[in-house]
Amino acid sequence: MTLSSNPSQRTKTAGFTLGELMVAAAAREIKDGEVVFVGMRLPLIAFVVAKRTHAPNAVGLFENGVIRATPSPELIYTMADPPNIKGATQCLDMIGVMSLLQSGRVNLGFLGAAEVDRYGNLNSTQVEVREHGQDARATAGVDAGSTKTIRLPGSGGACDIASLAHRFVAMIEHSRHRLPERVSYITSPGYGNGRGWRKKVGLPRGGPSAVITTKALLRFGEDREAFLASHHPGVTVEEVVANTGWKLKVADDVLETPSPSGEELAVIRDYDKKGFWTS
Amino acid sequence: MTKLLSMSDAIAAHVRDGDSVALGLQMEQMIPFAAGHELIRQKKRGLRLIGPISDILFDQLIGAGCVKDVVAAWVGNVMMGSAYNFRRACEVENPGTPGEKLKVFNLSNFAVALGLQAGAMGVPFLPTRTARGSDIPKGNHFFYEIMSPFANEHGEREMLYAVRAIVPDVTIVHVQRSDAEGNAHCWANFGVMLEGVRAAKKVILCAEEVVPAEVIASDPNRTVIPGFLVTAVVEAPLGAHPSPVQGHYKRDDAFFQQYHESTKTADEFQVWADTWIRGVKDVREYAGRMGAERVASLRVKEHAFAAATDFGY
Repeated sequence: MTLSSNPSQRTKTAGFTLGELMVAAAAREIKDGEVVFVGMRLPLIAFVVAKRTHAPNAVGLFENGVIRATPSPELIYTMADPPNIKGATQCLDMIGVMSLLQSGRVNLGFLGAAEVDRYGNLNSTQVEVREHGQDARATAGVDAGSTKTIRLPGSGGACDIASLAHRFVAMIEHSRHRLPERVSYITSPGYGNGRGWRKKVGLPRGGPSAVITTKALLRFGEDREAFLASHHPGVTVEEVVANTGWKLKVADDVLETPSPSGEELAVIRDYDKKGFWTS
Repeated sequence: MTKLLSMSDAIAAHVRDGDSVALGLQMEQMIPFAAGHELIRQKKRGLRLIGPISDILFDQLIGAGCVKDVVAAWVGNVMMGSAYNFRRACEVENPGTPGEKLKVFNLSNFAVALGLQAGAMGVPFLPTRTARGSDIPKGNHFFYEIMSPFANEHGEREMLYAVRAIVPDVTIVHVQRSDAEGNAHCWANFGVMLEGVRAAKKVILCAEEVVPAEVIASDPNRTVIPGFLVTAVVEAPLGAHPSPVQGHYKRDDAFFQQYHESTKTADEFQVWADTWIRGVKDVREYAGRMGAERVASLRVKEHAFAAATDFGY
Protein backbone atom coordinates (compact mmCIF):
# COMPACT_ATOMS: atom_id res chain seq x y z
CA MET A 1 0.00 0.00 0.00
CA THR A 2 1.11 3.55 -0.55
CA LEU A 3 0.84 6.20 2.09
CA SER A 4 1.97 9.78 1.93
CA SER A 5 5.60 9.99 0.96
CA ASN A 6 5.97 13.41 2.55
CA PRO A 7 8.59 13.00 5.27
CA SER A 8 7.68 16.38 6.77
CA GLN A 9 4.55 14.73 8.14
CA ARG A 10 6.75 13.44 10.90
CA THR A 11 7.24 16.94 12.26
CA LYS A 12 3.60 17.94 12.20
CA THR A 13 1.70 18.77 15.33
CA ALA A 14 0.74 15.25 16.35
CA GLY A 15 4.38 14.29 16.72
CA PHE A 16 4.02 11.09 14.68
CA THR A 17 3.17 10.15 11.11
CA LEU A 18 0.14 8.30 9.83
CA GLY A 19 2.41 5.40 8.92
CA GLU A 20 3.68 5.25 12.50
CA LEU A 21 0.15 5.34 13.87
CA MET A 22 -0.92 2.48 11.59
CA VAL A 23 2.14 0.39 12.42
CA ALA A 24 1.50 0.83 16.15
CA ALA A 25 -2.16 -0.10 15.68
CA ALA A 26 -1.17 -3.19 13.69
CA ALA A 27 1.40 -4.19 16.31
CA ARG A 28 -1.30 -4.14 19.01
CA GLU A 29 -3.28 -6.75 17.03
CA ILE A 30 -0.48 -9.25 17.75
CA LYS A 31 -0.91 -11.01 21.10
CA ASP A 32 2.04 -12.35 23.01
CA GLY A 33 2.87 -15.92 22.05
CA GLU A 34 0.94 -15.83 18.79
CA VAL A 35 2.12 -17.29 15.50
CA VAL A 36 1.87 -14.56 12.89
CA PHE A 37 2.07 -14.68 9.10
CA VAL A 38 3.83 -11.38 8.70
CA GLY A 39 3.38 -10.17 5.13
CA MET A 40 5.05 -7.19 3.51
CA ARG A 41 5.46 -3.46 4.01
CA LEU A 42 3.95 -1.92 7.18
CA PRO A 43 3.26 -5.32 8.82
CA LEU A 44 7.00 -6.10 8.63
CA ILE A 45 7.54 -3.24 11.05
CA ALA A 46 4.43 -4.01 13.10
CA PHE A 47 5.91 -7.42 13.85
CA VAL A 48 9.16 -5.81 15.00
CA VAL A 49 7.27 -3.35 17.24
CA ALA A 50 5.16 -6.10 18.78
CA LYS A 51 8.22 -8.26 19.45
CA ARG A 52 10.09 -5.41 21.13
CA THR A 53 7.17 -4.21 23.22
CA HIS A 54 4.19 -6.29 24.37
CA ALA A 55 4.62 -9.56 22.45
CA PRO A 56 8.19 -10.81 22.96
CA ASN A 57 7.11 -14.42 22.45
CA ALA A 58 5.37 -13.96 19.10
CA VAL A 59 6.70 -16.06 16.23
CA GLY A 60 6.78 -14.77 12.66
CA LEU A 61 6.23 -16.90 9.56
CA PHE A 62 7.16 -15.62 6.11
CA GLU A 63 5.83 -17.23 2.96
CA ASN A 64 9.29 -17.60 1.43
CA GLY A 65 9.99 -20.24 4.10
CA VAL A 66 11.51 -18.18 6.91
CA ILE A 67 10.41 -18.57 10.53
CA ARG A 68 11.72 -15.99 13.00
CA ALA A 69 11.40 -15.69 16.77
CA THR A 70 13.47 -12.48 16.76
CA PRO A 71 13.00 -9.41 14.60
CA SER A 72 15.46 -9.07 11.73
CA PRO A 73 18.48 -7.09 12.95
CA GLU A 74 18.01 -4.27 10.44
CA LEU A 75 15.37 -2.81 8.13
CA ILE A 76 14.25 -5.05 5.30
CA TYR A 77 12.45 -4.16 2.09
CA THR A 78 11.49 -7.74 1.24
CA MET A 79 11.09 -10.84 3.38
CA ALA A 80 14.03 -12.51 1.60
CA ASP A 81 16.52 -9.73 2.35
CA PRO A 82 19.67 -11.23 3.92
CA PRO A 83 19.07 -9.69 7.39
CA ASN A 84 15.77 -11.61 7.57
CA ILE A 85 17.63 -14.88 6.94
CA LYS A 86 20.50 -14.42 9.38
CA GLY A 87 19.56 -15.63 12.85
CA ALA A 88 16.23 -17.07 11.68
CA THR A 89 14.65 -19.88 13.67
CA GLN A 90 14.27 -21.89 10.48
CA CYS A 91 14.83 -21.24 6.83
CA LEU A 92 13.26 -23.77 4.49
CA ASP A 93 10.48 -23.75 1.92
CA MET A 94 7.11 -22.22 1.17
CA ILE A 95 5.14 -25.44 1.20
CA GLY A 96 6.23 -25.99 4.82
CA VAL A 97 4.98 -22.67 6.15
CA MET A 98 1.86 -22.77 3.95
CA SER A 99 1.12 -26.24 5.31
CA LEU A 100 1.28 -24.86 8.87
CA LEU A 101 -1.14 -22.14 7.76
CA GLN A 102 -3.53 -24.67 6.21
CA SER A 103 -3.46 -27.00 9.21
CA GLY A 104 -4.49 -24.18 11.54
CA ARG A 105 -1.23 -23.34 13.32
CA VAL A 106 -1.26 -19.65 12.42
CA ASN A 107 -3.21 -17.23 14.64
CA LEU A 108 -2.97 -14.05 12.64
CA GLY A 109 -1.98 -12.84 9.19
CA PHE A 110 -1.53 -9.34 7.75
CA LEU A 111 -2.58 -8.26 4.26
CA GLY A 112 -2.60 -5.19 2.08
CA ALA A 113 -5.04 -4.68 -0.78
CA ALA A 114 -6.31 -2.18 -3.32
CA GLU A 115 -9.93 -2.59 -2.16
CA VAL A 116 -11.64 -3.84 0.99
CA ASP A 117 -15.43 -4.12 1.12
CA ARG A 118 -18.26 -4.11 3.65
CA TYR A 119 -17.67 -7.76 4.59
CA GLY A 120 -13.90 -7.58 4.58
CA ASN A 121 -13.33 -9.18 1.18
CA LEU A 122 -10.08 -8.03 -0.43
CA ASN A 123 -9.14 -7.28 -4.01
CA SER A 124 -5.53 -7.09 -5.12
CA THR A 125 -5.95 -8.49 -8.64
CA GLN A 126 -7.71 -5.93 -10.82
CA VAL A 127 -9.96 -2.89 -10.43
CA GLU A 128 -12.40 -1.24 -12.83
CA VAL A 129 -11.98 2.52 -13.02
CA ARG A 130 -13.60 5.26 -15.03
CA GLU A 131 -11.25 6.97 -17.46
CA HIS A 132 -10.78 9.96 -15.17
CA GLY A 133 -9.67 7.62 -12.44
CA GLN A 134 -12.71 7.31 -10.20
CA ASP A 135 -14.04 3.95 -9.24
CA ALA A 136 -16.67 2.73 -11.68
CA ARG A 137 -19.13 1.35 -9.20
CA ALA A 138 -19.08 4.35 -6.86
CA THR A 139 -21.10 6.20 -9.46
CA ALA A 140 -22.73 3.24 -11.19
CA GLY A 141 -26.15 4.09 -12.53
CA VAL A 142 -25.31 7.76 -12.71
CA ASP A 143 -23.00 7.57 -15.68
CA ALA A 144 -21.72 4.28 -17.03
CA GLY A 145 -19.02 6.23 -18.89
CA SER A 146 -16.06 4.42 -20.33
CA THR A 147 -14.27 2.16 -17.91
CA LYS A 148 -10.97 0.41 -18.03
CA THR A 149 -9.37 -2.33 -16.02
CA ILE A 150 -6.28 -1.56 -13.98
CA ARG A 151 -4.18 -4.64 -13.45
CA LEU A 152 -2.67 -5.02 -9.98
CA PRO A 153 0.20 -7.35 -9.05
CA GLY A 154 -2.09 -10.12 -7.75
CA SER A 155 -2.58 -12.32 -4.71
CA GLY A 156 0.90 -13.43 -3.81
CA GLY A 157 0.17 -15.24 -0.56
CA ALA A 158 -2.73 -12.97 0.41
CA CYS A 159 -5.48 -15.35 -0.70
CA ASP A 160 -3.85 -18.16 1.29
CA ILE A 161 -3.54 -16.07 4.46
CA ALA A 162 -7.13 -14.81 4.21
CA SER A 163 -8.40 -18.32 3.55
CA LEU A 164 -6.46 -20.20 6.21
CA ALA A 165 -5.29 -18.05 9.15
CA HIS A 166 -7.45 -17.98 12.30
CA ARG A 167 -7.90 -14.24 11.74
CA PHE A 168 -6.44 -11.57 9.53
CA VAL A 169 -5.91 -7.82 9.57
CA ALA A 170 -6.00 -5.73 6.39
CA MET A 171 -4.28 -2.39 5.94
CA ILE A 172 -5.44 0.10 3.31
CA GLU A 173 -5.69 3.75 2.32
CA HIS A 174 -9.12 5.11 3.30
CA SER A 175 -11.22 6.46 0.43
CA ARG A 176 -14.60 5.73 -1.15
CA HIS A 177 -13.05 3.91 -4.08
CA ARG A 178 -10.70 1.86 -1.88
CA LEU A 179 -13.61 0.85 0.35
CA PRO A 180 -16.46 -0.01 -2.03
CA GLU A 181 -19.61 -1.75 -0.88
CA ARG A 182 -18.53 -4.85 -2.83
CA VAL A 183 -15.13 -5.52 -4.33
CA SER A 184 -15.22 -6.19 -8.07
CA TYR A 185 -12.98 -9.23 -7.62
CA ILE A 186 -12.45 -11.29 -4.47
CA THR A 187 -8.76 -12.09 -4.39
CA SER A 188 -8.75 -12.87 -0.68
CA PRO A 189 -11.96 -13.97 0.99
CA GLY A 190 -13.31 -12.07 3.97
CA TYR A 191 -16.83 -12.81 5.19
CA GLY A 192 -18.27 -13.01 1.65
CA ASN A 193 -21.79 -11.68 1.99
CA GLY A 194 -22.12 -12.08 5.74
CA ARG A 195 -22.51 -14.54 8.56
CA GLY A 196 -22.16 -18.21 7.67
CA TRP A 197 -20.62 -17.58 4.24
CA ARG A 198 -17.12 -18.85 5.02
CA LYS A 199 -18.37 -22.21 6.28
CA LYS A 200 -20.74 -22.53 3.34
CA VAL A 201 -18.00 -22.05 0.73
CA GLY A 202 -15.70 -24.50 2.48
CA LEU A 203 -13.28 -22.27 4.33
CA PRO A 204 -12.06 -24.02 7.47
CA ARG A 205 -11.89 -21.01 9.80
CA GLY A 206 -10.90 -17.39 10.01
CA GLY A 207 -11.89 -14.06 8.52
CA PRO A 208 -10.91 -10.45 9.12
CA SER A 209 -10.71 -9.16 12.70
CA ALA A 210 -9.76 -5.59 11.78
CA VAL A 211 -9.15 -3.24 8.89
CA ILE A 212 -6.59 -0.54 9.67
CA THR A 213 -7.01 2.38 7.29
CA THR A 214 -5.39 5.79 6.98
CA LYS A 215 -8.39 7.26 8.82
CA ALA A 216 -9.76 4.62 11.15
CA LEU A 217 -9.85 1.15 12.57
CA LEU A 218 -12.80 -1.02 11.50
CA ARG A 219 -13.91 -4.20 13.22
CA PHE A 220 -16.58 -6.76 12.39
CA GLY A 221 -19.84 -7.45 14.17
CA GLU A 222 -21.77 -10.68 14.76
CA ASP A 223 -23.36 -10.08 11.36
CA ARG A 224 -19.83 -10.02 9.91
CA GLU A 225 -20.27 -6.49 8.60
CA ALA A 226 -17.52 -3.92 9.18
CA PHE A 227 -18.18 -1.10 11.64
CA LEU A 228 -16.19 1.92 12.77
CA ALA A 229 -14.47 1.02 16.03
CA SER A 230 -12.07 3.98 16.27
CA HIS A 231 -11.14 7.03 14.24
CA HIS A 232 -7.56 8.24 14.09
CA PRO A 233 -6.58 11.42 15.96
CA GLY A 234 -7.61 14.50 13.98
CA VAL A 235 -10.16 12.58 11.88
CA THR A 236 -13.90 12.95 12.60
CA VAL A 237 -16.46 10.17 12.53
CA GLU A 238 -18.30 12.08 9.77
CA GLU A 239 -15.15 12.19 7.66
CA VAL A 240 -14.66 8.43 7.99
CA VAL A 241 -18.28 7.70 7.09
CA ALA A 242 -18.22 10.16 4.15
CA ASN A 243 -15.12 8.47 2.73
CA THR A 244 -16.48 4.95 2.91
CA GLY A 245 -18.25 3.41 -0.09
CA TRP A 246 -21.24 2.13 1.88
CA LYS A 247 -23.26 3.32 4.84
CA LEU A 248 -20.70 2.45 7.50
CA LYS A 249 -22.07 1.45 10.88
CA VAL A 250 -20.55 3.30 13.81
CA ALA A 251 -19.98 1.68 17.20
CA ASP A 252 -22.00 3.21 20.07
CA ASP A 253 -18.79 3.56 22.01
CA VAL A 254 -16.61 4.70 19.09
CA LEU A 255 -13.15 5.67 20.30
CA GLU A 256 -10.15 7.57 19.09
CA THR A 257 -7.35 5.27 17.92
CA PRO A 258 -4.64 5.48 20.58
CA SER A 259 -1.60 7.43 19.48
CA PRO A 260 1.65 5.47 19.28
CA SER A 261 3.40 5.41 22.63
CA GLY A 262 6.89 6.77 23.09
CA GLU A 263 8.15 3.21 23.32
CA GLU A 264 6.44 2.22 20.07
CA LEU A 265 7.71 5.30 18.26
CA ALA A 266 11.23 4.65 19.48
CA VAL A 267 11.18 1.12 18.05
CA ILE A 268 9.68 2.25 14.75
CA ARG A 269 12.22 5.05 14.29
CA ASP A 270 15.13 2.89 15.37
CA TYR A 271 14.12 0.28 12.78
CA ASP A 272 12.87 2.41 9.86
CA LYS A 273 15.58 5.03 10.31
CA LYS A 274 14.95 6.87 7.04
CA GLY A 275 11.19 6.49 7.24
CA PHE A 276 10.99 4.44 4.01
CA TRP A 277 7.85 2.63 5.15
CA THR A 278 6.53 4.94 7.86
CA SER A 279 7.21 8.52 6.78
CA MET B 1 30.41 -35.88 -16.31
CA THR B 2 30.71 -32.13 -16.50
CA LYS B 3 27.63 -30.20 -17.50
CA LEU B 4 29.35 -26.84 -17.50
CA LEU B 5 28.20 -24.53 -20.26
CA SER B 6 28.42 -20.83 -20.90
CA MET B 7 25.18 -18.94 -20.22
CA SER B 8 24.60 -18.30 -23.91
CA ASP B 9 25.18 -21.97 -24.82
CA ALA B 10 22.95 -23.22 -22.00
CA ILE B 11 20.05 -20.97 -22.96
CA ALA B 12 20.51 -21.65 -26.68
CA ALA B 13 20.64 -25.41 -26.20
CA HIS B 14 17.95 -25.89 -23.57
CA VAL B 15 15.25 -23.24 -23.93
CA ARG B 16 13.12 -23.39 -27.06
CA ASP B 17 10.55 -20.89 -28.26
CA GLY B 18 7.19 -21.80 -26.77
CA ASP B 19 8.64 -23.47 -23.66
CA SER B 20 7.19 -23.07 -20.19
CA VAL B 21 9.95 -21.67 -17.99
CA ALA B 22 9.88 -21.54 -14.20
CA LEU B 23 12.15 -18.98 -12.59
CA GLY B 24 12.31 -16.70 -9.59
CA LEU B 25 11.28 -19.65 -7.42
CA GLN B 26 13.19 -18.52 -4.31
CA MET B 27 10.97 -15.45 -4.08
CA GLU B 28 13.11 -12.31 -3.69
CA GLN B 29 16.39 -14.22 -3.14
CA MET B 30 18.61 -15.54 -5.93
CA ILE B 31 16.45 -14.60 -8.91
CA PRO B 32 18.31 -15.78 -12.04
CA PHE B 33 18.49 -12.38 -13.72
CA ALA B 34 21.57 -13.22 -15.82
CA ALA B 35 19.74 -16.20 -17.35
CA GLY B 36 16.61 -14.11 -17.89
CA HIS B 37 18.65 -11.45 -19.64
CA GLU B 38 20.14 -14.10 -21.92
CA LEU B 39 16.60 -15.21 -22.86
CA ILE B 40 16.00 -11.60 -23.92
CA ARG B 41 19.26 -11.29 -25.85
CA GLN B 42 18.49 -14.53 -27.73
CA LYS B 43 14.99 -13.22 -28.53
CA LYS B 44 13.19 -16.26 -27.18
CA ARG B 45 9.50 -16.05 -28.07
CA GLY B 46 6.20 -17.51 -26.93
CA LEU B 47 7.37 -18.43 -23.44
CA ARG B 48 5.06 -19.31 -20.59
CA LEU B 49 6.49 -17.87 -17.36
CA ILE B 50 5.86 -19.80 -14.14
CA GLY B 51 6.67 -18.50 -10.66
CA PRO B 52 5.14 -17.41 -7.35
CA ILE B 53 6.26 -13.77 -7.35
CA SER B 54 8.79 -12.37 -9.75
CA ASP B 55 10.26 -9.06 -8.60
CA ILE B 56 10.85 -7.34 -11.99
CA LEU B 57 12.38 -10.23 -13.97
CA PHE B 58 8.97 -11.24 -15.36
CA ASP B 59 8.33 -7.57 -16.13
CA GLN B 60 11.54 -7.41 -18.18
CA LEU B 61 10.79 -10.59 -20.13
CA ILE B 62 7.26 -9.34 -20.85
CA GLY B 63 8.53 -5.92 -21.98
CA ALA B 64 11.08 -7.57 -24.28
CA GLY B 65 8.36 -9.53 -26.09
CA CYS B 66 9.46 -13.01 -24.94
CA VAL B 67 6.22 -14.01 -23.25
CA LYS B 68 2.98 -15.62 -24.40
CA ASP B 69 1.35 -16.05 -20.99
CA VAL B 70 2.06 -16.08 -17.26
CA VAL B 71 1.21 -18.55 -14.51
CA ALA B 72 1.91 -16.70 -11.27
CA ALA B 73 0.59 -15.40 -7.98
CA TRP B 74 2.07 -11.91 -8.17
CA VAL B 75 3.90 -9.89 -10.82
CA GLY B 76 5.46 -6.55 -9.95
CA ASN B 77 8.31 -4.81 -8.16
CA VAL B 78 8.20 -5.95 -4.54
CA MET B 79 9.51 -2.81 -2.83
CA MET B 80 7.88 -0.35 -5.25
CA GLY B 81 4.53 -1.97 -6.11
CA SER B 82 3.39 -2.30 -9.71
CA ALA B 83 5.65 -3.03 -12.66
CA TYR B 84 4.82 -1.13 -15.80
CA ASN B 85 5.47 -3.62 -18.64
CA PHE B 86 3.19 -6.12 -16.93
CA ARG B 87 0.45 -3.50 -16.52
CA ARG B 88 0.74 -2.33 -20.14
CA ALA B 89 0.71 -5.94 -21.38
CA CYS B 90 -2.44 -6.72 -19.37
CA GLU B 91 -4.25 -3.44 -19.98
CA VAL B 92 -3.23 -2.48 -23.52
CA GLU B 93 -1.13 -4.91 -25.55
CA ASN B 94 1.40 -7.66 -24.82
CA PRO B 95 4.59 -7.14 -26.89
CA GLY B 96 4.89 -10.95 -27.15
CA THR B 97 1.41 -11.38 -28.66
CA PRO B 98 0.88 -8.26 -30.82
CA GLY B 99 -2.73 -7.15 -31.01
CA GLU B 100 -3.61 -9.08 -27.85
CA LYS B 101 -3.38 -8.53 -24.14
CA LEU B 102 -1.24 -10.72 -21.90
CA LYS B 103 -2.97 -13.86 -20.70
CA VAL B 104 -2.44 -14.38 -16.96
CA PHE B 105 -3.42 -17.47 -15.03
CA ASN B 106 -3.83 -16.09 -11.52
CA LEU B 107 -2.76 -18.41 -8.74
CA SER B 108 -1.95 -17.87 -5.09
CA ASN B 109 1.52 -18.59 -3.75
CA PHE B 110 0.32 -21.78 -2.08
CA ALA B 111 -1.33 -22.87 -5.33
CA VAL B 112 1.94 -22.38 -7.22
CA ALA B 113 3.71 -24.47 -4.57
CA LEU B 114 1.07 -27.21 -4.74
CA GLY B 115 1.04 -27.27 -8.54
CA LEU B 116 4.80 -27.68 -8.70
CA GLN B 117 4.73 -30.24 -5.86
CA ALA B 118 2.11 -32.26 -7.78
CA GLY B 119 4.41 -32.10 -10.80
CA ALA B 120 7.32 -33.15 -8.62
CA MET B 121 5.33 -36.08 -7.19
CA GLY B 122 4.06 -37.25 -10.56
CA VAL B 123 0.38 -36.90 -9.64
CA PRO B 124 -2.15 -34.87 -11.67
CA PHE B 125 -3.20 -32.60 -8.77
CA LEU B 126 -3.01 -31.93 -5.07
CA PRO B 127 -5.99 -30.92 -2.90
CA THR B 128 -6.18 -27.77 -0.83
CA ARG B 129 -8.51 -25.68 1.30
CA THR B 130 -7.05 -22.41 0.05
CA ALA B 131 -8.96 -20.01 -2.23
CA ARG B 132 -12.42 -21.35 -1.30
CA GLY B 133 -14.74 -18.40 -1.92
CA SER B 134 -12.06 -16.50 -3.85
CA ASP B 135 -12.56 -15.44 -7.47
CA ILE B 136 -9.08 -16.73 -8.38
CA PRO B 137 -10.28 -20.25 -9.28
CA LYS B 138 -13.20 -19.03 -11.41
CA GLY B 139 -12.73 -19.81 -15.10
CA ASN B 140 -9.18 -20.90 -14.27
CA HIS B 141 -8.21 -24.36 -15.45
CA PHE B 142 -5.50 -24.67 -12.81
CA PHE B 143 -8.29 -25.25 -10.25
CA TYR B 144 -11.06 -27.83 -10.11
CA GLU B 145 -13.62 -28.23 -7.35
CA ILE B 146 -13.61 -31.69 -5.79
CA MET B 147 -15.35 -33.45 -2.93
CA SER B 148 -13.06 -35.17 -0.48
CA PRO B 149 -13.32 -38.95 -0.92
CA PHE B 150 -12.95 -39.27 2.84
CA ALA B 151 -15.38 -38.01 5.46
CA ASN B 152 -14.10 -35.75 8.25
CA GLU B 153 -14.75 -36.36 11.96
CA HIS B 154 -18.28 -34.96 11.57
CA GLY B 155 -19.04 -37.43 8.80
CA GLU B 156 -18.95 -34.68 6.14
CA ARG B 157 -17.18 -34.92 2.84
CA GLU B 158 -15.68 -31.46 2.41
CA MET B 159 -15.38 -29.45 -0.78
CA LEU B 160 -11.80 -28.69 -1.77
CA TYR B 161 -9.87 -27.42 -4.75
CA ALA B 162 -7.65 -29.67 -6.80
CA VAL B 163 -4.66 -27.68 -8.03
CA ARG B 164 -3.45 -28.92 -11.41
CA ALA B 165 0.12 -30.26 -11.61
CA ILE B 166 2.62 -27.86 -13.12
CA VAL B 167 5.48 -29.41 -15.08
CA PRO B 168 7.81 -26.73 -16.46
CA ASP B 169 9.72 -27.51 -19.63
CA VAL B 170 12.67 -25.75 -18.02
CA THR B 171 13.32 -24.59 -14.47
CA ILE B 172 16.12 -22.05 -14.05
CA VAL B 173 17.59 -21.49 -10.59
CA HIS B 174 20.51 -19.62 -9.09
CA VAL B 175 22.41 -20.96 -6.05
CA GLN B 176 25.60 -20.26 -4.13
CA ARG B 177 27.68 -23.22 -5.26
CA SER B 178 27.58 -26.33 -7.40
CA ASP B 179 29.94 -28.96 -8.65
CA ALA B 180 30.33 -29.52 -12.39
CA GLU B 181 27.61 -32.19 -12.42
CA GLY B 182 25.04 -29.93 -10.82
CA ASN B 183 25.07 -31.24 -7.26
CA ALA B 184 24.32 -27.96 -5.59
CA HIS B 185 24.40 -26.30 -2.20
CA CYS B 186 21.94 -23.57 -1.45
CA TRP B 187 21.14 -21.80 1.80
CA ALA B 188 18.66 -19.08 2.75
CA ASN B 189 14.98 -19.37 1.87
CA PHE B 190 14.00 -21.86 -0.83
CA GLY B 191 10.48 -20.67 -1.65
CA VAL B 192 9.26 -23.23 -4.22
CA MET B 193 12.66 -23.99 -5.72
CA LEU B 194 12.88 -27.61 -4.57
CA GLU B 195 9.48 -28.45 -6.07
CA GLY B 196 10.28 -26.51 -9.24
CA VAL B 197 13.51 -28.45 -9.77
CA ARG B 198 11.88 -31.84 -9.12
CA ALA B 199 8.91 -31.05 -11.38
CA ALA B 200 10.83 -29.78 -14.41
CA LYS B 201 11.77 -31.67 -17.56
CA LYS B 202 15.07 -29.77 -17.70
CA VAL B 203 16.97 -27.73 -15.11
CA ILE B 204 19.47 -24.98 -15.82
CA LEU B 205 21.49 -24.36 -12.68
CA CYS B 206 23.34 -21.07 -12.32
CA ALA B 207 25.85 -20.82 -9.49
CA GLU B 208 27.95 -18.08 -7.97
CA GLU B 209 30.83 -20.54 -8.00
CA VAL B 210 31.59 -24.00 -9.31
CA VAL B 211 33.51 -25.99 -6.71
CA PRO B 212 35.12 -29.45 -6.49
CA ALA B 213 32.70 -32.34 -5.93
CA GLU B 214 34.25 -33.03 -2.48
CA VAL B 215 33.10 -29.62 -1.24
CA ILE B 216 29.47 -30.45 -2.08
CA ALA B 217 29.75 -34.02 -0.76
CA SER B 218 31.08 -32.72 2.58
CA ASP B 219 27.62 -31.45 3.53
CA PRO B 220 24.87 -33.57 1.96
CA ASN B 221 22.14 -31.91 4.05
CA ARG B 222 22.86 -28.69 2.21
CA THR B 223 22.76 -30.43 -1.20
CA VAL B 224 19.24 -29.36 -2.08
CA ILE B 225 19.64 -30.20 -5.77
CA PRO B 226 20.99 -33.61 -6.81
CA GLY B 227 23.03 -33.38 -9.99
CA PHE B 228 21.15 -36.07 -11.89
CA LEU B 229 18.18 -33.69 -12.18
CA VAL B 230 20.33 -30.95 -13.69
CA THR B 231 20.73 -30.45 -17.44
CA ALA B 232 23.30 -27.65 -17.52
CA VAL B 233 25.51 -25.86 -15.00
CA VAL B 234 26.49 -22.25 -15.59
CA GLU B 235 29.02 -20.38 -13.48
CA ALA B 236 27.47 -16.94 -13.16
CA PRO B 237 29.01 -14.81 -10.42
CA LEU B 238 26.77 -11.82 -9.69
CA GLY B 239 24.17 -13.52 -11.90
CA ALA B 240 21.32 -12.83 -9.49
CA HIS B 241 21.92 -9.07 -9.18
CA PRO B 242 19.94 -6.98 -8.23
CA SER B 243 18.39 -9.71 -6.02
CA PRO B 244 20.47 -10.94 -3.07
CA VAL B 245 22.53 -14.11 -2.72
CA GLN B 246 23.02 -14.90 0.95
CA GLY B 247 26.69 -14.87 1.86
CA HIS B 248 27.73 -13.27 -1.46
CA TYR B 249 25.94 -9.96 -1.95
CA LYS B 250 22.99 -8.08 -0.58
CA ARG B 251 19.93 -6.81 -2.39
CA ASP B 252 20.60 -3.73 -4.54
CA ASP B 253 17.53 -1.82 -3.34
CA ALA B 254 18.43 1.31 -5.30
CA PHE B 255 18.47 -0.69 -8.54
CA PHE B 256 14.83 -1.73 -8.02
CA GLN B 257 13.90 1.89 -7.29
CA GLN B 258 15.79 3.09 -10.38
CA TYR B 259 14.09 0.42 -12.52
CA HIS B 260 10.72 1.66 -11.29
CA GLU B 261 11.59 5.28 -12.11
CA SER B 262 13.11 4.60 -15.54
CA THR B 263 10.63 2.14 -17.10
CA LYS B 264 7.36 4.03 -16.86
CA THR B 265 6.78 4.02 -20.62
CA ALA B 266 7.46 1.33 -23.21
CA ASP B 267 10.10 3.55 -24.85
CA GLU B 268 11.83 4.18 -21.53
CA PHE B 269 11.92 0.43 -20.90
CA GLN B 270 13.59 -0.18 -24.27
CA VAL B 271 16.28 2.36 -23.40
CA TRP B 272 16.75 0.65 -20.02
CA ALA B 273 16.98 -2.78 -21.68
CA ASP B 274 19.44 -1.49 -24.30
CA THR B 275 21.65 -0.33 -21.46
CA TRP B 276 21.43 -3.21 -19.02
CA ILE B 277 20.57 -6.21 -21.21
CA ARG B 278 21.12 -5.79 -24.96
CA GLY B 279 24.07 -3.46 -24.48
CA VAL B 280 26.11 -6.07 -22.61
CA LYS B 281 27.26 -9.48 -23.82
CA ASP B 282 27.08 -11.34 -20.55
CA VAL B 283 27.06 -10.98 -16.77
CA ARG B 284 30.75 -10.00 -16.78
CA GLU B 285 30.05 -6.96 -18.98
CA TYR B 286 26.94 -6.28 -16.92
CA ALA B 287 29.11 -6.14 -13.78
CA GLY B 288 31.43 -3.77 -15.63
CA ARG B 289 28.51 -1.49 -16.33
CA MET B 290 27.59 -1.55 -12.64
CA GLY B 291 31.08 -0.39 -11.78
CA ALA B 292 33.50 -1.77 -9.21
CA GLU B 293 32.28 0.60 -6.55
CA ARG B 294 28.65 -0.46 -6.78
CA VAL B 295 29.61 -4.14 -6.83
CA ALA B 296 31.87 -3.67 -3.80
CA SER B 297 29.13 -1.83 -1.91
CA LEU B 298 26.90 -4.91 -2.16
CA ARG B 299 29.46 -7.45 -0.96
CA VAL B 300 29.23 -9.06 2.48
CA LYS B 301 30.43 -6.63 5.13
CA GLU B 302 30.28 -8.94 8.10
CA HIS B 303 30.49 -12.69 7.64
CA ALA B 304 28.23 -14.97 9.67
CA PHE B 305 29.44 -18.55 9.30
CA ALA B 306 27.35 -21.47 10.53
CA ALA B 307 28.81 -23.85 13.07
CA ALA B 308 30.84 -26.69 11.58
CA THR B 309 28.88 -29.93 11.12
CA ASP B 310 30.47 -33.27 11.88
CA PHE B 311 29.47 -36.08 9.50
CA GLY B 312 32.07 -38.39 10.99
CA TYR B 313 31.38 -41.83 12.44
